[in-house]
Amino acid sequence: MDFPEELKYTEEHEWVLLEGDLVSIGISDFAQDQLGDVVFVELPEAGDRVEIGKPFGVVESVKAVSDIYAPLAGEVVEVNADLPDAPESINTSPYEDGWMIRIKPDDPAVLDGLMNAAAYQAFIEEE
Amino acid sequence: MSAIASKGLILDEKLIFERSTAGRCGYDLPAIDVPLVEPDESLLRDEIDGFPELSEVDVVRHYTRLSTWNYGVDSGFYPLGSCTMKYNPKVNEQLARLPGFAHLHPAVPDHLSQGALQLMYDLQQSLCEISGFPALTLQPSAGAHGEFAGMLMIHAWHQAQGNKRHKVLIPDTAHGTNPATAALCGYDVVPIASDGVLSLEAVAAAMDDDVAALMVTNPNTLGLFESNIREICDLVHSRGGLVYCDGANLNALLGICRPGDLGIDVMHFNLHKTFATPHGGGGPGAGPVGVSAALEPFLPVPVIIKEGQNYRLATDRPQSIGHLRTFASQFGILVRAYAYILSMGPKGLKRATELAVLNANYIRARLEGSYHLPYKQRSLHEVIFSDAELPNDCHTLDVAKRLLDYGFHPPTIYFPLVVQGALMIEPTETESKQELDEFCDALVAIAEEAKDSPHLLHDAPVNARTRRLDETLAARKPRLRWERREA
Amino acid sequence: MRFLPHSDQDISSMLDAIGVEKIEALFSGIPANCRLPRDLELSDPLAEADLQRHFQALAAANSVDDSWSRFLGGGYYDHHIPTVIDHLISRSEFYTAYTPYQPEISQGTLQAVFEFQTLICQLTGMEVANASLYDGASACAEAVLMALRCGRKRSKILLSRGVHPRYREVVEAYVRYLDVELVEVPLTVDGRTDEAAVQQLLDQDVAALVVGYPNYLGVVEDVESLSLLTHGSGARLLVAAAEPLAMALYRSPGELGADIVIGEGQSFGLPLSYGGPGIGFIAARQKDMRSLPGRLVGETVDKDGERGFVLTLSTREQHIRREKATSNICSNQGICAVMVSIYLSLLGKNGLPQLARDNYSRAAYLREQIAALPGYSLPFATPVFNEFVISCPQPAAVVLRRLEAEKILAGIDLSADYPEIENGLLICVTEQNDRAQLDSLVEALKGGAA
Repeated sequence: MDFPEELKYTEEHEWVLLEGDLVSIGISDFAQDQLGDVVFVELPEAGDRVEIGKPFGVVESVKAVSDIYAPLAGEVVEVNADLPDAPESINTSPYEDGWMIRIKPDDPAVLDGLMNAAAYQAFIEEE
Repeated sequence: MSAIASKGLILDEKLIFERSTAGRCGYDLPAIDVPLVEPDESLLRDEIDGFPELSEVDVVRHYTRLSTWNYGVDSGFYPLGSCTMKYNPKVNEQLARLPGFAHLHPAVPDHLSQGALQLMYDLQQSLCEISGFPALTLQPSAGAHGEFAGMLMIHAWHQAQGNKRHKVLIPDTAHGTNPATAALCGYDVVPIASDGVLSLEAVAAAMDDDVAALMVTNPNTLGLFESNIREICDLVHSRGGLVYCDGANLNALLGICRPGDLGIDVMHFNLHKTFATPHGGGGPGAGPVGVSAALEPFLPVPVIIKEGQNYRLATDRPQSIGHLRTFASQFGILVRAYAYILSMGPKGLKRATELAVLNANYIRARLEGSYHLPYKQRSLHEVIFSDAELPNDCHTLDVAKRLLDYGFHPPTIYFPLVVQGALMIEPTETESKQELDEFCDALVAIAEEAKDSPHLLHDAPVNARTRRLDETLAARKPRLRWERREA
Repeated sequence: MRFLPHSDQDISSMLDAIGVEKIEALFSGIPANCRLPRDLELSDPLAEADLQRHFQALAAANSVDDSWSRFLGGGYYDHHIPTVIDHLISRSEFYTAYTPYQPEISQGTLQAVFEFQTLICQLTGMEVANASLYDGASACAEAVLMALRCGRKRSKILLSRGVHPRYREVVEAYVRYLDVELVEVPLTVDGRTDEAAVQQLLDQDVAALVVGYPNYLGVVEDVESLSLLTHGSGARLLVAAAEPLAMALYRSPGELGADIVIGEGQSFGLPLSYGGPGIGFIAARQKDMRSLPGRLVGETVDKDGERGFVLTLSTREQHIRREKATSNICSNQGICAVMVSIYLSLLGKNGLPQLARDNYSRAAYLREQIAALPGYSLPFATPVFNEFVISCPQPAAVVLRRLEAEKILAGIDLSADYPEIENGLLICVTEQNDRAQLDSLVEALKGGAA
């Protein structure tokens, strides 16, 4: 399983990436593996607000449903429009093609509190 | 390999639309003896695009062939846990089709439909006696509909007391319908962890003045009797709450224990489980609900009332939760269930429960050495194993699919959720020892195959109508109807 | 007991294998204070022959039999049922199967239900349909909940007074404890949903307008115009078809702009059976597919690439999503869906529209005859299908009682549900009512008026 160094991770198994003043969000390789074949993704619309710790979307496999939680608050500026037609990207490319939303965070400093790759790997081994 | 595995001729068959030939029709209309007239042209539709054109023979062949791709209780053993696939007596089918019942329109006035009303009344009295509840409605269309009726009555009762309560407690072993129903009735769901059975302490810890009800299944989905149920009911009542019982497993208690005597306030029955009405490939069922005297005013309308020797449907009930379906009941299902109760009698019903429990415990004894048994307590009508000890990447799904090759319907799999990789086996009382032995032999053989030839499990089924079906594709690119494909 | 296979020897060898001496020992998990200390007080068991006699007597105690002329509709319709249906569904591979959880040995049910979903789409002019719901009224309630989910923050439902009164009551029960406002839309004097009132009531909070097609009074609503109005404010139009045979004659709700179509499928090959089991159906637009309640069958392929069918999109359902499910429903009306598929396949593209025209013509004939009777009138001039309202010279209950003596059930008394219609009687005509029956009804009505 792959956990890129440049990303930060949450205990709910999302990854986040700060690029300029925007933050991209998706789910980790571990999360997609646990879920199995992803068949559907429900995402917010550009312009919606997401709130820290609150679900902003849903990812579904054939027999399971998981909420996706926002690691930080902000406004959605872009949604991955390819995902509804190609939900399998979340399995095949969780960190690139499988990105879900880009937000403009209220407070990018919240990112500092998230786990780095090594800490996240230790976290899932413990779980 | 067992001798009953399939070896038959399986005929191929297209979709009904692909069988269509222009100009055919499988039905002749009665002679038209009034002038044919047409409504205003602007209201008329064009032909029904895609509708099939077939002769009667075409239709008969089509559905006969489809039927051969199905497996029913009459085909063989069907140990689906929680679903109670017992034998469906044939005479019940004939009785439900008697013209006096089958041709009876629901709007026929009460004084002209006394036979149907009497049947419903008598069934109602029998179910009250069996369950220990003083009042009952036959209206709900299935178990989940009964749960809905029950929780609506609980909500209405609280409202009538002036209570504003928001929460419903549900153990982690519950059927998914329980939380879904509670939410539909406007409640927040609070899950309670149980260790096999629900402890008084766990309920006490979750119980407060905002809890409207506890929903409990007894025996629960692990096949275990909730042994603290009386004390739990007392506790919930002492804090002003009510107790709902999911009666899906009532078939384990007939003549032995009556939920209404234990302090439970509301319970639904699944007539298609406990009382042997056929499952019809998914329905229809029927889900009567028994209630305590305090909840009687809230029963859905219409209720059946007996006055002297006459019966009538009454709707003048100011506290009722109202109507839950267009007409009074799934009457045809009630006829079958009542016929079953009359055929069995009090001793027969109790015997059915005893033998169902005997069968489940026999299977447990036969398979305990081959499969992991997560709960060791004495279980009743069903037994839950898991895939925890299977080697070579063999899982519950593989065992289930391999059972198909041996000619058996698999048990319920991956439920209850508290057991990872659950195999939930419910044999029912109508299976003989020989049948159980053949099934256990097959499961033991499959456990051996998992060790020596795991590919047999991973590739299964090979003898069924189809190989394993791609459920991921079905969910990713949903095709929910046939469409004409351009040539 | 004929359904229980165990011999005494079987039982003792099974007890040995378990390691207990008596069956009672298996119930040791049930505390003494939970036991029933007596036998159940039920009647002694009946042998098959006695059982048949008992039920025949009960059936005969229903005074109405096939020698009566019956003009009852109101959501359940007395259509002829082709013999083929009962023969085919008596194959126990169909009726003794469970919900098709194991698709490899359930392709019969799955394909038949896939065909049902397709037939319902074709008839309603919609894009997706589910595997069925309990009945028309509960389908209507489920559709209202669905419209609320699709409408996100919208929480108001407009219910036309023309919708079947029981459907309206069931909707009321379903939303009683949810944060939903139901508003009744009145009818105009010609029995149609009042468009001016709809226009006034529509606002940003309305999730859906519900209308009948035909409505309970038999009147064919102007669905097209209502759909334009509804869509103008971003709400959905929900069409309830209690007599879906009408859709074989009249333009489909889908063509007219409906967003959700529900109905009762009993007309298509199911016996009256005192009101159940019937079968509810629900059809919708592709965009709302994931908000549908209940089971859905989808097409896929097996490991060898062969076509097959499975239950799909089950993450909407209670066994996975639990308290967040689209509905608490888990059964459908399985075997009834197969019956409907068989019926619609037999009649098909040629027979079903013909049958609809036949029903329309018979009703038109009777309507004309009754309109000419002194004292009787037709309150509505709007188009109807096989059911219509008449105003009687006396209360409908009096007329009905009088005709019972001649073995005629003339219709449904509307006084409780529609007191605003003077002496209203709802009469239904199907292919089961031949001209002789129609003429004798007219004669009998006339008799009392003289």
